Amino acid sequence: MSRRSPIFLARTGYRLRRLMDAARILPAAGAFLFMLPLLWGGGATRNGIIFVFGVWFGLIVVAALIAVPLGGQLRSTGDEDGQGGEDGPV
Amino acid sequence: MVPFNLLVLVCLLYVLLLFLIAFAAAKRAETGQLGWLRSPWVYTLSLSIYCTAWTFYGAVGYAARSGLEYVTIYLGPTLVMVGWWWFLRKLVRVGRTQRVTSIADLISSRYGKSNLLGVIVTLMAVIGTTPYIALQLKSVTLSFAVFASNQPEGGTMPDLNATALWVATGLALFTVLFGTRNLDANERHHGVVTAIALEAIVKLAALLAVGVFVVWGLAEGPADMLARIDASPVSGWDLRGGRWVTLIFLSAVAFISLPRMFQVLVVENSDERHLATASWAFPLYLFLISLFVVPIAVTGLAVLPAGTNPDLFVLTLPLSQGAEGLAMLAFLGGFSSATSMVIVAAIALSTMVSNHIVMPVWLSLRGSRASMSGDVRGVVLQARRLSIGAILLLGYLYFRFSGGGEALAAIGLISFAGVAQVLPALVGGLFWRGATRNGAAAGLLLGFAVWAYTMFIPSFGESALMSAELLTEGPFAIGWLRPHALFGIGGLDPLVHAVFWSMTLNTIAFVTGSLLSFPGPMERLQGAQFVNVFDHTGAARGWSGGAAEAEDLLVMSQRILGSKEAQALFQAEARSQGRGGYLPDVTPDFIERLERELTGSVGAATAHAMLGQIVGGSSVSVQDLMAVADETAQMLEYSNRLEAKSRELARTARQLRDANEKLTELSVQKDAFLSQISHELRTPMTSIRAFSEILLQDGAMSAAKQKDYAGIIHDETIRLTRLLDDLLDLSVLEAGQVQLNIQSANLRDILDRALVATQSGERATGLRIFRDVASEDIELQTDTDRLCQVFINLISNAQKYCDAASPELRIRARSSGDHLEVDLSDNGCGIPEKSQDMIFEKFSRLSDEARAGGAGLGLAICREIMLNLGGRVEYLPGQGGAAFRVIVPFAPGPAAAQGPSGAS
Repeated sequence: MSRRSPIFLARTGYRLRRLMDAARILPAAGAFLFMLPLLWGGGATRNGIIFVFGVWFGLIVVAALIAVPLGGQLRSTGDEDGQGGEDGPV
Repeated sequence: MVPFNLLVLVCLLYVLLLFLIAFAAAKRAETGQLGWLRSPWVYTLSLSIYCTAWTFYGAVGYAARSGLEYVTIYLGPTLVMVGWWWFLRKLVRVGRTQRVTSIADLISSRYGKSNLLGVIVTLMAVIGTTPYIALQLKSVTLSFAVFASNQPEGGTMPDLNATALWVATGLALFTVLFGTRNLDANERHHGVVTAIALEAIVKLAALLAVGVFVVWGLAEGPADMLARIDASPVSGWDLRGGRWVTLIFLSAVAFISLPRMFQVLVVENSDERHLATASWAFPLYLFLISLFVVPIAVTGLAVLPAGTNPDLFVLTLPLSQGAEGLAMLAFLGGFSSATSMVIVAAIALSTMVSNHIVMPVWLSLRGSRASMSGDVRGVVLQARRLSIGAILLLGYLYFRFSGGGEALAAIGLISFAGVAQVLPALVGGLFWRGATRNGAAAGLLLGFAVWAYTMFIPSFGESALMSAELLTEGPFAIGWLRPHALFGIGGLDPLVHAVFWSMTLNTIAFVTGSLLSFPGPMERLQGAQFVNVFDHTGAARGWSGGAAEAEDLLVMSQRILGSKEAQALFQAEARSQGRGGYLPDVTPDFIERLERELTGSVGAATAHAMLGQIVGGSSVSVQDLMAVADETAQMLEYSNRLEAKSRELARTARQLRDANEKLTELSVQKDAFLSQISHELRTPMTSIRAFSEILLQDGAMSAAKQKDYAGIIHDETIRLTRLLDDLLDLSVLEAGQVQLNIQSANLRDILDRALVATQSGERATGLRIFRDVASEDIELQTDTDRLCQVFINLISNAQKYCDAASPELRIRARSSGDHLEVDLSDNGCGIPEKSQDMIFEKFSRLSDEARAGGAGLGLAICREIMLNLGGRVEYLPGQGGAAFRVIVPFAPGPAAAQGPSGAS
């Protein structure tokens, strides 16, 4: 606990919205990284493999880190606006 | 060597296992025990139908020919999945709220439920998918051939075409069995999805096993493997920028617009949260699938003799090293990838064909009314079964007649580019409210035409459908129309060229067409709902007025949803409106809900058209159009609430009015009944008095005559007694003072007794009774005499009032939950809707004539008996005649056993 009270009250909400931003940026970042080899025009296959698969794995890890809290978010909004109730027959 | 027969045996056992798994899962889903069937992991694994035999065998071949380029096919979907928050989340939400059944249905529904677009997308999908199915058949037969050609004596070499035919037939059978079991309200196939999840595990395990075998068995670990890659023919990464970017884009687009991917991504999705898990788990699956492709390719190139087909390295490499178990696993992996793709593609395409081509044609052939006789569900399912057969047959024919030795990758990319033409209409539809039906149709048609001209038709080979001169010179020697160099821009890779021009022209046509045309009201409504799917809490309405009769709607829904489901839906709606029975008020909200239910079964356009036939055309009110405009949203919210309130008030007022009318009518009927009863009492009284006076006065009467007169007096007193008995019985029942004699009995015996009682002696009439004796074998605990009395009353009612030329009565029984339902329906003209509320009232009679001596008490007694037994009897509308449903609990509740006190 810090001595001063936090300036932003809705910290969790703020974090969550930035997480959504991150989720939106991620595919663009991925596309950018996958286009990088065009700069050096290929090179050796072994380096290519290490680069592509390295970036790929990194993307998966980041996506997992983002998806877990956002998935929980879906649960709560889903119930709020009544969409969650669609599973059962009316 | 693996004996070929053993291979076939293993293959059959594996198929049997899949059948069992699918069957068990479908059974579980039917009983509602979804459990793990709805886990995000099953969803993720089902997405793996993206990895077909093209991936399983073709990726290695691709890597052996072009090095690292093969990964583009998996990078595109990875980016789409990772970017789920942008696009897939919206797509799935729209799919769920609009009950979308296929990608054609989505497009058609977005652009004002236009069936034209549905047909275009369906045809494109069929044309684009056929080569892909052929590709799967080809890979399975090739892999069989690998094993067959390794046999010591070559005498048992199977016929490749026959193998393909067998595989296609088997797949059609499986798909028909599990893909068209029922017409589910939301088009989910748990059996198929579970079998596919298992196949996903098998193919991943197989490819990983071969990869591990290559890296740690044949080479000495990753470092050694990298060194071998350096020494291989593909050591240099020949990165062609245009192809690299195009392929990543193309695979990303194909991932969302392939009909089979749409089926598993959107239609089979049961929970939006599963997307969050799949967003990283599915890229991981793709990562693992692609990880060992280059090592396998490099080792295959080094170890196997030159000229071996690189597309089959996954199989031939373990075989050449004597690892036969591994080769068998690899074979099963390839088999799994091919079959799962074909099954889902066939389901998706058959749904599209039946909903967008067969049903509209059938509807228009049936003429104007959708509520005519015949079961639509049967037609839809039959259409789907036939389409599945036809689609697989098309795939087989393509396989037979294309024949050629193209690499697997080439066919796959042609398919990808074909289905990708849906993209502008799809993305525009989800994100741009201005997108219109005309724009979408223009874009789709132009893009598809360019694709066919530059890619699909040339793929049949030179001089097959296009002459060599046309390819090199252009049609009529017009240079800028050459298929591989449109507008004179030559030198491009043919794939890049085709994708670039088809997508560009498609998008231009779509945008221009949308900007220049004007959308209809239904399009604007649907557009607003799709684009703002996260903002709209309630759906905007497309129906107004209540011109439709609830009974007509029920008749139609029964044929699409099934009678039990439709009745449950109508009953629930009626209850939520505060009414009893099966016929709710026909409010626009109700029609909207009904349309969405029907959409889940037959697609948006068909459901809309069928409802339109009954409701008399949809109309969009001014309020609905205002809902489209965001500016007025807030004001509208308020006025909407007022409107809802006033609607509610109007409904309450109507209910009060109904009640009042009922009371007035009851009072009138009560007076009528009193005079009736006086009449009924007086008639026998008069004759009793007259005859007894004659007897008293005329002493010299013959004995025979005396006996005659005394007989008349006796009959009349019996009539009086019966009338008074009924009245007494009713008052006892109503007061709840009746003593029930509960015993266990069989429903069949009770019905037998009732029929014997009604058909004996003078009461026998020409009424023919149809029973389903097997279904009546149900044990229950009840007061059998009372229940029998109810049946006797209902059957004799049918005898008296059924006015058909040859009267018939059908008796159907079925158990449902803790109670039992017995339907008795005749083929007469039924009971008019305005009288349906009244018939159970004790003073009511439909006609004034005193037919068969009844005093209008029979149904009232039935109702009171059933209330005392803890059940009910109700009128069932929409059955083509008068129909009554008797609902009896299997065992009386505590209240019924002691005799209910609160029965009114």
